[in-house]
Amino acid sequence: MSTNPAFEMRNISKRFPGVLANDNVSFAAAKGEIHALLGENGAGKSTLMSVLCGLYRPDGGELLIDGAPVDFRSPRDAIRAGVGMVYQHFMLAPSQTVTENVMLGLRDTPFVLNTPQLAAEVEKIGAQFHLPVDPHAMIWQLSVGEQQRVEIIKMLYRGANILILDEPTAVLTPPEIEGFFRTLREMAAAGKTIVFISHKLDEVLSIADRITILRGGKWVDTVANANLTKATLASMMVGREVLFRLDKTPHQPGAAQLALSQVQALDDKRLPALRKLSLTVHAGEIVGVAGVAGNGQRELAEVIAGIRPVTGGAIAVTGQDVTHAPPLARIQAGVAYVPEDRSATGSAPDLSVAENLALRAFRKAPLAGRFVLKRQLMQQQAQKLIAQFGIATPSPQTPSRKLSGGNLQKLILAREISSQPQVLVAAYPTRGLDIGATEYVRKVLLEEREKGVAILLLSEDLEEIFALADRIAVIFEGQIVGDLPANTADLETVGLLMAGEQVEA
Amino acid sequence: MTSQTTRSANPTVSRVRLERRLEQPRWLQIMSPIILLGVALLFGAVLLRMVGANPWAVYSRMAGLAFGDAYGWSDTTLKATPLILAGLGVSLAFRMRLWNIGAEGQLFIGAWFATGVALHLLPETTPQPLMLLVMAVAGFVGGALWGGIPGVLKARLNVNEIITSLMLNYVAIFWNNYFIYGPWSQRGFGLSPQFPRTAWLPRFTDYAEQFPFLRGITAHFGIFLALILAIVLWWVLRQTKWGFEIRVLGDNPQAANYAGINIVRNTVLIMMLSGGLAGLAGMSEVAGVVHRLQERFSPGYGFTAIIVAWLAKLNPLAIVLVSYLFAGLLVGGDAIQPAGIAQMLQGVILFVMVGGEMLLQYRVRFGQV
Ligand SMILES: Nc1ncnc2c1ncn2[C@@H]1O[C@H](COP(=O)(O)OP(=O)(O)O)[C@@H](O)[C@H]1O
Ligand SMILES: [Mg+2]
Repeated sequence: MSTNPAFEMRNISKRFPGVLANDNVSFAAAKGEIHALLGENGAGKSTLMSVLCGLYRPDGGELLIDGAPVDFRSPRDAIRAGVGMVYQHFMLAPSQTVTENVMLGLRDTPFVLNTPQLAAEVEKIGAQFHLPVDPHAMIWQLSVGEQQRVEIIKMLYRGANILILDEPTAVLTPPEIEGFFRTLREMAAAGKTIVFISHKLDEVLSIADRITILRGGKWVDTVANANLTKATLASMMVGREVLFRLDKTPHQPGAAQLALSQVQALDDKRLPALRKLSLTVHAGEIVGVAGVAGNGQRELAEVIAGIRPVTGGAIAVTGQDVTHAPPLARIQAGVAYVPEDRSATGSAPDLSVAENLALRAFRKAPLAGRFVLKRQLMQQQAQKLIAQFGIATPSPQTPSRKLSGGNLQKLILAREISSQPQVLVAAYPTRGLDIGATEYVRKVLLEEREKGVAILLLSEDLEEIFALADRIAVIFEGQIVGDLPANTADLETVGLLMAGEQVEA
Repeated sequence: MTSQTTRSANPTVSRVRLERRLEQPRWLQIMSPIILLGVALLFGAVLLRMVGANPWAVYSRMAGLAFGDAYGWSDTTLKATPLILAGLGVSLAFRMRLWNIGAEGQLFIGAWFATGVALHLLPETTPQPLMLLVMAVAGFVGGALWGGIPGVLKARLNVNEIITSLMLNYVAIFWNNYFIYGPWSQRGFGLSPQFPRTAWLPRFTDYAEQFPFLRGITAHFGIFLALILAIVLWWVLRQTKWGFEIRVLGDNPQAANYAGINIVRNTVLIMMLSGGLAGLAGMSEVAGVVHRLQERFSPGYGFTAIIVAWLAKLNPLAIVLVSYLFAGLLVGGDAIQPAGIAQMLQGVILFVMVGGEMLLQYRVRFGQV
């Protein structure tokens, strides 16, 4: 790592209607450096990097590449100067091959394309930086992780020396993250400058050479990654002390509220996803489901909520059989569900916050009579929940699509919990949330446990499962392959079970 | 705040581009039909100039004919009535993203059912209120059955309702033709015998004895039905539990399913109600205007209703306004000779309004982001 800055941003300001997204921020990185840009959601990370890659023009400040001032008018200008960004949302054409996508948008494409040569080059870049991907595969056939590799290859092919990756790990599974970090190290070793945007402390600590923290659009600090703790980083990021330990009362399970026995179900491709899965959750306990993504977690949550048909076995809630009952019957039996997909399943985007909060309770008193809704009460109820759960919204009338991810998640939690459920299924409740919101959601789950709710927690974050769960159920290929008390389980055993290894209990 | 706008590079306008609006501002949503009408009239004016007419004179004659006096309002109301009823039906289905484009057929079947009641089911001597009530119910049921077919196919077998509802239009029209040329024909002409007077919807002019100023006002009481139903529908969607379910379903079916709302049942129900309202439009036409079943008694109200519902953004109250606007265009069109010009003008106005509605979802941007 040399000390020459590969790029330098000086006193950058960028205003959007109503927000100063970057306020006088200075930021630089050296050749061969992996520099993490850390901050909560809305801190201004994406905006700052969009300025660097030519997507936005700053309202103030200067930009230097290799010591020379530049004025980018478009991402094309930036890529010509060697700056490339991989956005949070990929920009690939799904029905084209990998090679064609790499080619797409190149200015000097010859009229007759030499595709085999290009495919060979794609393969070469892939091999050099540990980015395995089939140059002839269609984009739609690829997993999200593979698509990300295509985006990176695309930038490298265009000669990017400065690579900006916006929350790249958000879409990756833990094993993919390992491989991805290897790629980052190899690119840095080859003299490239990497800017790695994240709000996950562990990742930043394990990969970055230096860390720059943004908060509320302002630069907080730039620190070398040595002798840093999560707690110091977190407090810089949030602006106050953050608790990582959660206080938990001893485990006192009550009656079996949710019982699945030998449940079978198909996935969207009509392949078996749950294979005779059995699981019980008692009142007042949290059962954490640990597993590598795609082992039936989604289907498990959906069969309990009643939105996916069961092809075998039985499901009982508070002793009643609900195996083939429709979603409404599950709701009436006391099942609450915080779905994985907040906007596609969990909310109606054009309806107001108040209406979304009433999505479960609108059928009954006090929110409705026999036929007619009581809008006044709906409004009051919404105001109460907004205050109680700290949902940041301009008003109860605001359409829910205007809420940020964290606030939408609070809305869904507020709705599900205020229905006083017997059973709560929470699928990835803290995914994509910043530290403050994550802390809050976990606190709420523990409060519900205190109240005697039977909670099934699906999470990809083992740390979360260990912190919250009383029992850990490991799911592998649609079966529960291990059911361990959380206080005696160790990470290694759980990891082995997740990988499908046989472990002697 | 220390933003340093002064030091930014001088902004140069590099090019103009269209950008999709994330959000249509509320004023634009409300004003857009009015703005578009203005633009459409401007286009029409150019067209009229080109054929050598004086646009201002033509427009004032059109407006005069459609809205200038009580007779104009009467004629316009006559044409607005079926547009409102069918438009409400279409809007209801569209709200759930069920693309019912079979309103024309549902209208014909509604008219056929009403005719069956008036001519064959009930005796001539039936008291008028009872007669009309049974005709209305029959018209509604007929339309509901016709709309229910694509509904059931969609809900049960996921058959595309656009195709089925469209095809059923032709079936309905042929069905009608068969009866008016066959079993119900009056001496082989394409029309049924006239309804008994008890099967006529009261017209304003029928009350000219007591209120002389109503003489010649041929609009009928179907308009009251249309207005009442518009208000009822607006209220139901806004204030009832079922209306709430429909709005959730229309916004995000997956969320509706998750919230325990029955998609299959509501799909069938909505398609039936949608068809039923179009069926009522048919009943009101045969009972209020032509007083018999005949060929082509609808000049495509069921299709125009689709445009009406769309331009009204599916809002029941706005449907009333837009229906009057379109009815005025139809009535006013008669002012222009030769008739081809009028139709061309109508075409241009329609084109600009529908096309412009899409364009308003974008905005023009200059230079860089
Ligand atoms: N295109 C935009 N228009 C308006 N506001 C924006 C836009 N992009 C970002 N913002 C706002 O700027 C702030 C910083 O956002 P962003 O840079 O995306 O943060 P981060 O990437 O750190 O989560 C937020 O308040 C966000 O709402
Ligand atoms: Mg961001």
